[in-house]
Amino acid sequence: MSAADTQTRPEVVQPRLGPVGWLRWTWRQLTSMRTALFLLLLLAIGAIPGSTFPQRSINPARTTAWITDHPTAGPLLDRLGFFEVYASPWFAAIYLLLFVSLIGCVLPRTKILWHQVRAAPPRAPRRLDRLAASREVTVDGAAAEVRERLHAALKKRRYRVHAHDDESLSAEKGYLREAGNLVFHVALIGVLIGVAWGHLLGWKGDVIVPVGKTFANTLSRYDTFSPGPWVDVNALDPFTIKVDRLDATFETKAKSPGQFGAPRDFEAFTTFTDAEGHSEPRSIRVNGPLETGAGSVFLLGNGYAPVITVRDAAGTVLYSDATPFLAQDNNYTSVGAVKVPGASPQQLGFAGFFLPTGQIDDAGPHSVFPDALDPQLALTAFEGDLFPSGRPQSVYSLDTAGMKPVPGKDGAAQLRILLRPGQTYELPGGRGSITFDKVERFAGLSIREDPGKGLTLAAALLMLAGLVCSLVIRRRRVFVRVRPGPEPGRTVVSVGGLAKDDDEGMPDEIEAVLSTLEGTR
Amino acid sequence: MTDQSLAQLSNLAIYSAMAVLTLAMLADAVYLARLVPAREAAREGVRDRELVPAGTVDGDVGDAASEGSADAAAGRAAEPLAARKAAGIGWTLTLLGTMLVVAGVVLRALEVHRWPLGNMYEFAVFGAMFVLLAYCGWVIRSERDLRWLGLFVVIPVLLNLGLAITVWYTDASELMPSLRSVWLAIHVTVATLSVAIFTIGFSLGVMYLIQDRLEAAPERPRSFMGRLPDARSLERLTYAVHIVAFPLWTFTVIAGAIWARQAWGSYWNWDPKEVWSFVIWVVYAAYLHARATTGWKRQNAVWIALVGYGCIIMNFAVVNVFFVGQHSYSGL
Repeated sequence: MSAADTQTRPEVVQPRLGPVGWLRWTWRQLTSMRTALFLLLLLAIGAIPGSTFPQRSINPARTTAWITDHPTAGPLLDRLGFFEVYASPWFAAIYLLLFVSLIGCVLPRTKILWHQVRAAPPRAPRRLDRLAASREVTVDGAAAEVRERLHAALKKRRYRVHAHDDESLSAEKGYLREAGNLVFHVALIGVLIGVAWGHLLGWKGDVIVPVGKTFANTLSRYDTFSPGPWVDVNALDPFTIKVDRLDATFETKAKSPGQFGAPRDFEAFTTFTDAEGHSEPRSIRVNGPLETGAGSVFLLGNGYAPVITVRDAAGTVLYSDATPFLAQDNNYTSVGAVKVPGASPQQLGFAGFFLPTGQIDDAGPHSVFPDALDPQLALTAFEGDLFPSGRPQSVYSLDTAGMKPVPGKDGAAQLRILLRPGQTYELPGGRGSITFDKVERFAGLSIREDPGKGLTLAAALLMLAGLVCSLVIRRRRVFVRVRPGPEPGRTVVSVGGLAKDDDEGMPDEIEAVLSTLEGTR
Repeated sequence: MTDQSLAQLSNLAIYSAMAVLTLAMLADAVYLARLVPAREAAREGVRDRELVPAGTVDGDVGDAASEGSADAAAGRAAEPLAARKAAGIGWTLTLLGTMLVVAGVVLRALEVHRWPLGNMYEFAVFGAMFVLLAYCGWVIRSERDLRWLGLFVVIPVLLNLGLAITVWYTDASELMPSLRSVWLAIHVTVATLSVAIFTIGFSLGVMYLIQDRLEAAPERPRSFMGRLPDARSLERLTYAVHIVAFPLWTFTVIAGAIWARQAWGSYWNWDPKEVWSFVIWVVYAAYLHARATTGWKRQNAVWIALVGYGCIIMNFAVVNVFFVGQHSYSGL
């Protein structure tokens, strides 16, 4: 409408929407197919940043490093939730709107299908030749008899058949198409509920257990523990797992750079003792978790825990333990720390590398093969206050803020110690000694419970079944009209077919229905 | 026979397959090129037929259908001998190439003593095998002559095999611990099959969009496209192929989640590979959704499907190589 029109006809006013009207309009928009399509595409786009940027929930260290490396973009993207995409409000907004849209779409369709299933197929149109597919033939036999045979033929082809009058038949089949489609959509909600359930009531914890040690399933024993909001962390099932042995196999045959030394198999042999005290040997492998019934135990990591003993000048043992060192690369160049708070006059700390197959050159100490072929321990020593701030700190690294390096015997500023199994190093100035007794491996266990996984899986499989039904089954309506033919004893039969969406098979279907009259034409 | 000579035989089979498929591609191209004059002739034929005065038809409605098929038969018969020869050669060579790729996969499996889907090279070759098998199976089973599709199936297969043998080639080796599972055979095989069928769907989608443009043009340019099914049929075929591939992809994601739970402790970790599998699923779901949405053009829906295929390529060629995640493979 042009401006001139509005001036000449000022009495035309737009209808106004009240609050209810606006609500209804919003609901209609939200539940329309177009909006759902838009939201679907938005969901796909919204998921992508989670793969291009490091995610805090997956790799916090990489995330922090990325933000530090990009001082401008980092904090900004952080505020926008790009490092926690799948927990971000905007991602949640997309999928929640999508699910609202989905419910708004599914409910009315369920109602319609319900009525359709209960009601008889609609009355046959007067002119069947106007339908997408139709045929008319003249056959022998009375109209009633011909109609009866077509009725039986349609029944045999699993149509629901209803006769609204004496000269027509209405038949319909393929309700499972729509039903499957609805099941697919409802099952998607089931998947969402399953995921949410697992998030609220599930928990996971990680712990490093050296060979020979026992892990008891209580909160305090975990290195890290992340419970869902509704988890009672004090009600963990009190089972124990003793790691008896850990086998690790690495590639030695294939010599190409990407292959040599690649991991081949890990298996932890454990003694599992359940809450009632029954013990039995159980093995945990990658792809073969230990199911305890109250949490599943996964072998997600492994490494070396050299057994280190620190004595004072008098020979009294101040520290003796299998000390896990964390692998930094594929050849298990590992870092760790030994903290000896009982040393005097000052507390002692050692930090450095464990190398399963050690080599020390220009590149610094590093390992050249992941198996323990030539284990070496390269340490530096510090003395002073181990816990200056009083804050909790990592057991794998030394906080040297309150410490100073122990000087070397030759006058070097920093004492460097290199030990092989069985060797002992006398610390200078009567500080005692440090012994590398032997090498043990450790198992990195992750214990997880997800009460929602069964529901999620069932819903996902239901979704797949519904999807297949809705894509494979065809919704078809077939109408039949019979009328007496031009000669006595003949009947004109017209059959018309109507499919929900374009359906190339409809003429064949009509042909198949008519074939029952074969021989009477 | 030693593993080493098996490896050589497997590679030889793949190289031979590539040579044979290149010839098949040429023959298929010749076939389509030779069809052009045939189309013109067929058009003339149809025009002549239309000039036949009505009345010879006896009035039975049933004849309409048989007339249509007679038309199609006439069209096929109108293919010049040279085109038919080229089609035959192309088809035979495609079958031979398929057998060679199958041999390459089987020899590789014998060589590595495991399911041959442990790295990108094996994945690519397995995928090529599935594309070829799906195409050959379709041609054999279909009542229609689908050999016009050959060129558009062989080209992506050749590209893929070329990349596989040059960029992604990895010596046979054992698997990493996390890949040692029966789910490797289930999850990755179905993923490969699904991607193979999506590949055919992609080719059909592209052909549909071209055909649609050509049909909309005021003066239709002379090309082999005139001999292919019309845009409507191509769009239907595109859809038909996608509704086979989509549930397979859904299964792939579910099976992957089950395996992820076994191997990594959690069925969904938003690992980059998982993210992109999810994106692919959502995009193809959007395609099916768009096709069912009234008021949405079929062309736009097919564009969404093409974007979906772009995501598949991304997921395989980029995510595997450049993104940090848990879906790492032995070697590459």
